[in-house]
Amino acid sequence: MEFFRIRRDIPFMRHALVFNAISVITFLLAVFFLATRGLHLSVEFTGGTLMEVNYSEAPNLETVRKALTDSGFSDPQVQNFGTARDVMIRLPLVKDTDSAKVSQQVMATLDKAEGPKAELRRVEYVGPQVGKELAADGSLALMLVIFGIVLYLAMRFEWRFAVSAIIANLHDVVIILGFFAAFQWEFSLPVLAAVLAVLGYSVNESVVVFDRVREVFRNPRKRTMTVPQVLDHAITSTISRTIITHGSTQMMVLSMLLFGGQALHYFAVALTIGICFGIYSSVLVASPLVMWLGVKREQLVKPPKQKQEAVV
Amino acid sequence: MNRYPLWKNALVIVALLLGLIYTLPNFYGEAPAVQVSTTRTGVTLDANLMSQVESTLKDAAIPHTGITLDNSGVRVRLADTDTQLKTRDVLEKALNPDAADAKYVVALNLLSKSPSWLSHAGAKPMYLGLDLRGGVHFLLQVDMKGAMTKRLDSMASDLRIQLREKNVRHGGINREGDTITLHFRDAEGRDAARGKVEDTLPDLAWTLSESGADFVLTGRMKQIAEKDIRESAIKQNILTLQKRVNELGVAEPIIQQQGADRIVVQLPGVQDVAKAKDLIGRTATLEVRLVDQEAMISGNAEGLEVYPERARNGVVTQVPVRKQVILTGERFETAQASFDDANRPAVAVKLDSTGGRIMRTVTRENLKKMMAILLFEKGRGEAISVATIQGEFGDRFQITGQFSPQETNTLAILIRSGALAAPMDIIEERVIGPSLGAENIDKGFHSTLWGFIAIAVFMIGYYMVFGFISSAALAANLLFLIALLSLLQATLTLPGIAAIALTLGMAIDANVLINERVREELRNGVSPQAAISAGYDRAWATILDSNITTLIAGLALLIFGSGPVRGFAVVHCLGILTSMFSAVVVSRALVNLVYGRARKLEKVSIGTVWKPGTGA
Repeated sequence: MEFFRIRRDIPFMRHALVFNAISVITFLLAVFFLATRGLHLSVEFTGGTLMEVNYSEAPNLETVRKALTDSGFSDPQVQNFGTARDVMIRLPLVKDTDSAKVSQQVMATLDKAEGPKAELRRVEYVGPQVGKELAADGSLALMLVIFGIVLYLAMRFEWRFAVSAIIANLHDVVIILGFFAAFQWEFSLPVLAAVLAVLGYSVNESVVVFDRVREVFRNPRKRTMTVPQVLDHAITSTISRTIITHGSTQMMVLSMLLFGGQALHYFAVALTIGICFGIYSSVLVASPLVMWLGVKREQLVKPPKQKQEAVV
Repeated sequence: MNRYPLWKNALVIVALLLGLIYTLPNFYGEAPAVQVSTTRTGVTLDANLMSQVESTLKDAAIPHTGITLDNSGVRVRLADTDTQLKTRDVLEKALNPDAADAKYVVALNLLSKSPSWLSHAGAKPMYLGLDLRGGVHFLLQVDMKGAMTKRLDSMASDLRIQLREKNVRHGGINREGDTITLHFRDAEGRDAARGKVEDTLPDLAWTLSESGADFVLTGRMKQIAEKDIRESAIKQNILTLQKRVNELGVAEPIIQQQGADRIVVQLPGVQDVAKAKDLIGRTATLEVRLVDQEAMISGNAEGLEVYPERARNGVVTQVPVRKQVILTGERFETAQASFDDANRPAVAVKLDSTGGRIMRTVTRENLKKMMAILLFEKGRGEAISVATIQGEFGDRFQITGQFSPQETNTLAILIRSGALAAPMDIIEERVIGPSLGAENIDKGFHSTLWGFIAIAVFMIGYYMVFGFISSAALAANLLFLIALLSLLQATLTLPGIAAIALTLGMAIDANVLINERVREELRNGVSPQAAISAGYDRAWATILDSNITTLIAGLALLIFGSGPVRGFAVVHCLGILTSMFSAVVVSRALVNLVYGRARKLEKVSIGTVWKPGTGA
């Protein structure tokens, strides 16, 4: 079995402008959604209310969850705490209401719901100061990733490759965030981890292509090829691997999406978006950028050391 | 010919064996257990206790599957949770006859069921986080009134010293409730002192009053100062708790302020409630006071506070001390077991500068007198050290005595534990139920399993024998990763399981790269043996580059991440490292095993190798 039977190099670079136009549009859309809707941050970032209620007999958690959702509480997390009769409810922080009011509303909802009656045990309130710290740490991590990757690629390849790779992949990150803003999916700490992992993973992709570019440039038999031809050749000869690798990773992520439950849902969603755009951007955005930044054979091929001949 | 040198084959076999050994404990699961430990000093956990536990269980006819003794206490392994609960009740009754004065802590715990030879090899199951196995949740109430009272006491003693230095005459300084009162014989004396008093203690608001011949100056804490004290008290307690929890070795502890005077402590993965409670619950405070020697000799300690000192031979001496507190725990910076000049065991103590200044004054004025360090636990005070002041000293000093090194160690820990600004009580304590944890483990396990199966099926279908080898290498990667996680005892959380799955999904990249390269070489008409060799060699540079960029992202997450992010990052980084080894070295060893020996290899099974022009 072989998926890709490519006789001639596909002329990706001829359509470079189109690809970049597509990414600019997606990117701007993502920025638009981020600006207008903003991210729907989870309790970890915003603070929130945590309640503990006790039932005389074990309630159906699904019923409790549904009752709360129906009463307009967004994303209530309902779980057992200690025993099956103790239920913990986490609610995101709602502006302009203090935690006492939230707890009253929740209790009213629970009283109306069918099943055993609930008794309020404790109300907990997560302050917003923790969130600020997390946001700061998140941006620091992002900076470190960008800096580290640019530095490494600049060392191993050339600064043009480093810059193109990071631009292409940052645009992935913004697009993932754009999706989360557009659909108002909950942005939690695991999602943040997924976003940063995707950043490293997509750069990976660019690296594979760049490796080929370097190899072709250094191959004396392929000296006649122009820069766009070299890029086309590198992309074409790695496309099979690109699709298979990403397909495999996506199979794993899909499995998480199917079996991972609520806790891993958005983590897997972020990865899925990241993987799809990762292929696109690292192949079809990074490579044209390298071309436009003016990459040349001479930058990658070290001049052969002149042998010092003894002068008599 | 593709053959590994012997050492490389040996390396692969040893790595796989080690991986297997360290992964094994995860399959045995955990057995319910009961643990006996103590929060008290002077109560030793030794073989006597173990035999006491053993005979108690024998008398109650409770079957057990093993009793072990270690530094943290005696653990009894039991068959099921019902027996576990019964055992706890029986032991509680037998070991702590007086419930109000419990010497031992009897707690429920979990013990690994893995055979002892594995435990001896240091192989333990993975350490599961709060979201996977449940954990301990504490709510602590800080005794603000106690903090305030202590602060006023130390202010009063400060004032006493200051006024003496400035030659201000007065008829006594006392703390009464939440005020400090100064008595004077006449109004002139009071007016003269007022300015100096206000200078010395600007945090208090002073009012004048008189009753008959008694002229009184009453100081009450200003609201801003009171708020400051409250805030610093809770901050100090959080810091101390963090230090203590660090000693406990919890990977992702949550220690947060809640409301004005409460602190929440969550210890994920800690089923060892006894140990946690021992550290968290020891809400002790420390005070240094002078011993009233007259009272000690005469035995008449009327009007003085008396605290017991437990000597090592079991004799309890009553130590009468003066009311004035010289230092409190917050002035202590460190306390460490060490040795003095004569190489005798001692406790080296360092105070902060204020503490040092006070100490210098006190020791200068009280040479050859006795000083006591008092530790208050749950309202009960105890003199943990009574020593004679041998010379004038400041912020660094040593406590010596007829100590054994173990005793100095205990004393140092006690002093450190007493360095809390305000006393605390656990007002709520919960163990997070394992129901959700088990559910999460299940979900994470199934995600990984099905993802792995899907990848393996695809790889074998697409690359045939090479696909099988890639899948085997991926399985080896999983083995190494779990073994490493078990070995390092890094906390595994649900995001951590997600990272295992994701890492596996990413790790297959290396094998795809290799297999594609081998195919490409074959396509170019290279002989199979040479194609294998060239494929692996050429793919290596790419694999290294791409893994390092992924690792950079992983490290950034590790450095700046907290909570779930860190759990993810640890596994992710480890997974990248193991994947490089398994995808390149292990898979190559397998390829060599299958094809390397064949002298004339005509064909390798790597799926269809389509050549342009053949049109196949």
